[in-house]
Amino acid sequence: MKKEFKGRNVVAGTVQAQSVVSRKGMNTLATFQKSILAKKKTVFGSDQNNEDLYKKEITGKALCLPKTIGSTTGGMVLQSAAALGLAPKAMLFSESIDSIGAAGVILADVWTVHKIVTVDNLGQDFLDYVKDGMTVTVKEDGTVIVE
Amino acid sequence: MLSDYQFKGVKMDYKMKLTEDELAILNGEKGEVMAKVMKSLVMYGDVFNAKRMVEISAPSHFVTSFGISIMKAVFDIMDEINNAGITTIEKFTVDPRPLDYDNVKCNPLEKLVFGIMYGKQEDYEEQLKKTGLKDSNAFSCTCYMEEVGNIPKKGDILSWAESSAVVYANSVIGARCNRNSALIEMFGAILGKVPEFDLLTDEGRKATWVVEVKTSKKPEAQVLGSAIGMKVMSDVPYIKGLDKFIGKELSEQAKDYLKDMGAATASNGAVGLYHVDNLTPEAVELKHALIQENAKVYVIDDAELERVKNSYPIIWKKPDAKPSRCFIGCPHLSYNQLIEWTDRIGRELDKQKKTKVALETIFTSAPDVVAHFKENKEYHERLLSYGVRISSICPLMYMNNPICAKRAVVTNSNKLRTYTTARYYTDEEITSIAVRGDISK
Repeated sequence: MKKEFKGRNVVAGTVQAQSVVSRKGMNTLATFQKSILAKKKTVFGSDQNNEDLYKKEITGKALCLPKTIGSTTGGMVLQSAAALGLAPKAMLFSESIDSIGAAGVILADVWTVHKIVTVDNLGQDFLDYVKDGMTVTVKEDGTVIVE
Repeated sequence: MLSDYQFKGVKMDYKMKLTEDELAILNGEKGEVMAKVMKSLVMYGDVFNAKRMVEISAPSHFVTSFGISIMKAVFDIMDEINNAGITTIEKFTVDPRPLDYDNVKCNPLEKLVFGIMYGKQEDYEEQLKKTGLKDSNAFSCTCYMEEVGNIPKKGDILSWAESSAVVYANSVIGARCNRNSALIEMFGAILGKVPEFDLLTDEGRKATWVVEVKTSKKPEAQVLGSAIGMKVMSDVPYIKGLDKFIGKELSEQAKDYLKDMGAATASNGAVGLYHVDNLTPEAVELKHALIQENAKVYVIDDAELERVKNSYPIIWKKPDAKPSRCFIGCPHLSYNQLIEWTDRIGRELDKQKKTKVALETIFTSAPDVVAHFKENKEYHERLLSYGVRISSICPLMYMNNPICAKRAVVTNSNKLRTYTTARYYTDEEITSIAVRGDISK
């Protein structure tokens, strides 16, 4: 069943991708660092504290999460992932975006040619509804369609 | 109301109220790179509904100290900044270096991998120097130690990153800093201004959680911080009941405790500020007026701490492996902690009737703090005689080496546990393990 959610654009854009979902805060450094350091072509979550993303593919996905947590290198890690073509296509936050997550998607937008389409404030209903592997379409106005 | 400007021919909307000077920078009057610096900060401020930029009032601290080859995108930005002749307004400090072959021994394979991984270290340090690095000793996550000297005052506005330093500056010192990401903190230091939102405002510093500590004894700082971080995530907690154990004065011991607890709140969650009833500056000044109405309550007792500690996954390949290395000092140890740990190891050696630690044990501390400790010849020689080494590296960056990550490493740092394969033990447990050389009880 198709369901539509409306959020706030942080980095506006149009994109469609399969969802990967973290029910709790994603620690960006812990999640991305192993794959980036190992020069993998795809990021698989490596945060031992996040069973939702652990060993799951993140590159090219619509990453659905409440917020990011952890080290302040997180923004730089996201920007580097974007520059290397390893970032998710979209980051969709149920809550208001946090400062590290916001920095990451802004740095990618301003300083690289790769954009991570980002919408926040999608609400708990969004996070309750979306499951791994669903098709997520993000529209330019911050509308997110999950099916 | 949205305003707009042309950036490289692209129209950008923004909501913040900018001064004429700020708008001129955004419009490229100080060059394209400064315009991008400003654009990043304006977008950042807009996301958080900042109304204006405010001037920073103390030197910055940067989180990125490592020249990892694959972070090319970061080095490219540094090149853009250096090539444009742009520097920070004041000299800054930065997180620890990743390597110290003299004190943290590596086998040839580990060295080979480090050589590839951190192949850009020298180049990156050169970029940092050009940008405004304080000096060659300015590499520590604890820049606020007296010996290091990057110590803000209460009320100072900061552009810092490094989660453990930000939470310390906000909570223990009472300075004002958001949890900035790497690069954003540098942009603020270059511009001399940061967008005003969240922890820079009185409202943003109010607690939305009350944490009631009801343990039977002083909680382990790193487990208490972990429990708080995992529960409140990025919210501000007001901690009651802790002053009973660590006192009502910010003594050196209390500050060390809060440093370690704070680092765990920031890495196991995303805490940027906490208040401790009767102890931290704003809690002393404003008391319960700092707590928002309808704040949630989290009670921490002995059972809760035990539950949190038992929830840490063990990701060693062989859970009962004999450890090969022990790191103590993430975040870096203070001078007083170096003294205390020397005494602690000495007592344990006496207890186990030994003269040297059986496990390769490394204390990590800021270069200037290590220099201070070395002046205390009695303690320094005693520590070396125990077989313990002192280094100023970042253990986390050491553990990023996939070969090192396969080692069975033990630590008393909840931050190191979170980001690496290192296994957490309490101070008491790890002292015993370091001396005995294995994890069996």
